[in-house]
Amino acid sequence: MKARRVCATLAAALLLSACGAAGRPAEGGGGAEPQVGITDTAVKVGAHFPLTGVAAPGYSEIPTGAQAYFDFVNAAGGVHRRQIEYVFRDDAYNPTQTSQVVNELVLQDQVFAIMGGLGTPTHSAVLDHLNSEGVPDLFVSSGSLLWDQPAENPMTFGWQPDYEIEAKIIGQYVAQNFPDARVGLFLQDDDLGRDAEIGARRYLEGQIVAAERYTPGNTDVAPQIAALQAAGADLVIGFNVPSYTALSQLQSLRLNYKPQWIYSNIGSDPALVGSLLARFSEGAVTDAGLLEGVLTTEYLPGVDTPDNPWTQLFQRVWDAHGGDGELTNYRIYGMSEAYTFVQALQAAGPNPTREGIVEAVERSGSTFEGPWVAPFRYSADRHAGISGVQVTRIAGGTTENLTPVLVTDNGDAPITEATGEPAAPPADGIPDVQPVS
Amino acid sequence: MQQFLNVTLTGLGQGAIYAAFALALVLIWRSTRIVNFAQGAMGMFTTYLALTLIEAGQSYWVGLVVALLAGLVLGALVERLVIRPVEGGPELNAVIVTLGLFVALQALAAILFGSTFRSFPAPFDLRGFTVGGVNIAFTANSVYVIAAVVVVMLALVALFRFTDLGLQMRAAAFSQEVSRLLGVRVGRMLTLGWALAAVVGSLAGLLIAGGSLVFPAYMDAVIVYGFVAAVLGGLESPGGAVVGGLAIGLLLSYVSGYLGSELVALAALAILVAVLLVRPQGLFARTAARRV
Amino acid sequence: MVQQTDRPATLATAAPARRWWRWRPRSTFARHGLAVLLALVAVVLVLEFTSPFRNSQFATMAYYAIAAAGLTVLTGLNGQISLGHGALMAVGAYTTGLLLGPEGDGALPLPVVMVVAAAVTALVGAVVGAAAARLHGPYLAGATLALAVAVPGLAIYFDHVLGGEQGLRIASPDVPGWFDATVWFLFAHETPSAKYLAYLGWGTLLLVLLLLANLMAGRVGRVWRAVRDDEVAAELAGIRLGRVRVLAFVVSAACAGLAGAVLGVVVRLAAPSGFTIVLSLGLLTAVVVGGLGSLVGALLGSALLVFLPPAVTNIGTAAGLDGTQAAQLAPFVYGVVLVLVMLLAPTGAVGVLKDVWGRRRRTR
Repeated sequence: MKARRVCATLAAALLLSACGAAGRPAEGGGGAEPQVGITDTAVKVGAHFPLTGVAAPGYSEIPTGAQAYFDFVNAAGGVHRRQIEYVFRDDAYNPTQTSQVVNELVLQDQVFAIMGGLGTPTHSAVLDHLNSEGVPDLFVSSGSLLWDQPAENPMTFGWQPDYEIEAKIIGQYVAQNFPDARVGLFLQDDDLGRDAEIGARRYLEGQIVAAERYTPGNTDVAPQIAALQAAGADLVIGFNVPSYTALSQLQSLRLNYKPQWIYSNIGSDPALVGSLLARFSEGAVTDAGLLEGVLTTEYLPGVDTPDNPWTQLFQRVWDAHGGDGELTNYRIYGMSEAYTFVQALQAAGPNPTREGIVEAVERSGSTFEGPWVAPFRYSADRHAGISGVQVTRIAGGTTENLTPVLVTDNGDAPITEATGEPAAPPADGIPDVQPVS
Repeated sequence: MQQFLNVTLTGLGQGAIYAAFALALVLIWRSTRIVNFAQGAMGMFTTYLALTLIEAGQSYWVGLVVALLAGLVLGALVERLVIRPVEGGPELNAVIVTLGLFVALQALAAILFGSTFRSFPAPFDLRGFTVGGVNIAFTANSVYVIAAVVVVMLALVALFRFTDLGLQMRAAAFSQEVSRLLGVRVGRMLTLGWALAAVVGSLAGLLIAGGSLVFPAYMDAVIVYGFVAAVLGGLESPGGAVVGGLAIGLLLSYVSGYLGSELVALAALAILVAVLLVRPQGLFARTAARRV
Repeated sequence: MVQQTDRPATLATAAPARRWWRWRPRSTFARHGLAVLLALVAVVLVLEFTSPFRNSQFATMAYYAIAAAGLTVLTGLNGQISLGHGALMAVGAYTTGLLLGPEGDGALPLPVVMVVAAAVTALVGAVVGAAAARLHGPYLAGATLALAVAVPGLAIYFDHVLGGEQGLRIASPDVPGWFDATVWFLFAHETPSAKYLAYLGWGTLLLVLLLLANLMAGRVGRVWRAVRDDEVAAELAGIRLGRVRVLAFVVSAACAGLAGAVLGVVVRLAAPSGFTIVLSLGLLTAVVVGGLGSLVGALLGSALLVFLPPAVTNIGTAAGLDGTQAAQLAPFVYGVVLVLVMLLAPTGAVGVLKDVWGRRRRTR
């Protein structure tokens, strides 16, 4: 009697919660159907971004940029007459949550592809899942080397220059221009820090006196900065996210520690870090000029170069289709990724399949031209993103180039100067890539 | 050597804050035998109120005063509305209620104020002092933090030692029945105790936030460290809480500086377990033995 | 089921004494077995006729429920609170990750791995329980809270083995051929991995429920309740308090370990960010709202953890909140519900339902 009641409760609970699913249209059976997420009039793309939490400042703007660019393309008729429907969800930079969110995108929203999912720890949580389900995982917003493993992860592609080549280029620059510096590394304790350390040590092994790691989420970086100071480092290279640029600057101030700072591209956005730091002015941090003289790298045009034709294009897009707020470097990043995705979709032809778009990127991705300073390294056996960066200095609210665009590859590939002219944006602002087959 | 000095000074500053937080826990424990796990969330909430005012152009000090007053009101409301019904009941119920408050307040703050990192200004200079050509990790703001905690501590001592109100509060905490017979309005005293504790907790929240980044969960670790500090001091004595706070601040700073910041919480756990198992009455309790 | 007649005396009003189980103890196991069998049929039907997304939600519910069932035994039956069950789940998940490996090339089959995960966690639970056995109420809450905050740090400290902040990737098990074939035979459709994981989770959950229900109905359950209700009396009756408390912790930890193992294969990852204090507090919410000490309550509470957030978030979005604000509505509701339940109905959903049921029967 009792037992039956328990069962009834159980079954009722299960059925009740299952009811919600009944009315949902077109729940596909398996995940492998070729037409998932794409119809004659629309294609659905998903992404996960930290919209809340530690990593949200800055990064949460990326999807708004991508959205604006997709809206711009949709307003001009879409790609092969398909409107691009862009769904992005919050994972709070928490890998466990990323796994749930991507489940939702793949199984419930039924996206055709994932585009620009952000973060190394977060995205690596869903790497296997996406590849085993056969979902194209294009242009991950992270510079980890994990995205370049076509044998294991055939659906996944990197996009930005990976941390190793960025660190190599910074390393060589430091070795050439600061040969006597005692170098300290300030590293995020994950692949970002690990890949970067490999790259930096390739050129700076003899100069590095300390490598300190912080855990994302723990805002107390006092011990790390104190240790760098104690080791006598007079040049610190930070491979960290923007919040930690602000935290490390604040802590150095506290310790009167004034090394030459170099921040990797992802942690150096002057506008964002400045806004985090400016608020302290009441506590007598002089001004946002705290970042003045800091070195960093660039591979996309920024808002500080309003004359760049790409910046002008993106400004136009943002003015017409953006939401609240100004155009920022993060929004330009999002738009550039969206620009690449439109190219990939064009290359996949009028009837794209999930396999088809992957093949298209492999075959013609290395010829895609856009705002990036150096070409992608896509091929059938490489899924690595942009191949170079240039070293710049933050000065007077803008950046000045210290080197030409330097191009390299992973491992012991040499660093060379880029050849060829930078691409000019198409007049209508929409790329025109021919289908591969 | 310089690193040792810096780690020590950082630890003292942190310790002062833990001391304030432990003090708030002790105030509530003495009057109602409840550990208020929502203390951190309450302090976080009032700190966000201050931040809202400061961002609207008010000075830090206006924000401070408003936050402390808000703490007073919040503490009294919490005691009256949700704690009173579980006071004197099973201890588990009170624990769960404060945990529920903790979760609810944190989420409410995220809804009202957003959950991104925001910078919170410090009232004084954040640059380290230079003593005899050596830079040390001690700032004008650290002096302010420590001074603020000392002032609060002295004010509480004065209240309990030298005023009639303080005497009534002590009596109500000591024995509710007897106090009632003597004409003490016990209910009011308990409410006042919670309100005062919430003020101290709000101050701790503000002091931690000053010159750093705030987000709704920024007080989470402090709850644990403050609790460890309070237990170290015996959970009964305000003096013990302050000494416990400073000791925890220093110890954790050394762990963080020399062993690694990821081990800080683990060290706090180790200290807590060691204290509870070896000397459960805390380092400074007068009673010889106590059931923990 | 016996736990239905059981209420934590510390939390509840006097329960009507129902002693029927004493008269026919022999059939207890059979009754529980029958219940689980019927439940299994219900589970199969539900899983087969819902979408892959619902399946993955059910898989999530399964690991919450396994952990919550363990916690409700500890807190509801033995009176020990634990805010550290998230940390214990982490032990289970990491053990699973280490044994299975990122490519699923570990030598052990999944069931063995899950048993090992439960055993390892039980061992950790014995250590924690030995310390916890001497603590009460707020002290125990504080100490286990410290545990929940501290354990993720270990994963970062030993990052060469445990993968640091990024955590361990865990291979999701392939759907076994026989399983796929059986499902095909019965329902004529494929078994995608999400569905298989839901089966795995619910299979484990039903097994755990069966074991716990029998444990609670037997001598061990009686002793636990006796200790919870009156320590002095229990001690006078010859019960060794320390041992009983530690045993309760071990059983509860084993459940948490199993839950962690299921979480590991479902999420395909064991990372520190998955085992924050939020998880521990969520489990506590589940058992309190469902009704402390009741396995059915733990089940209801876990369903709430999984199905409430999307519903609440949708309401929030409809009410004009932006996405990130709406996402915070669910924890807000949890917190408020936790407080309200304690103030208004400390016996939780199951207690309230039983009151209503009892009143109806009495008036008949």
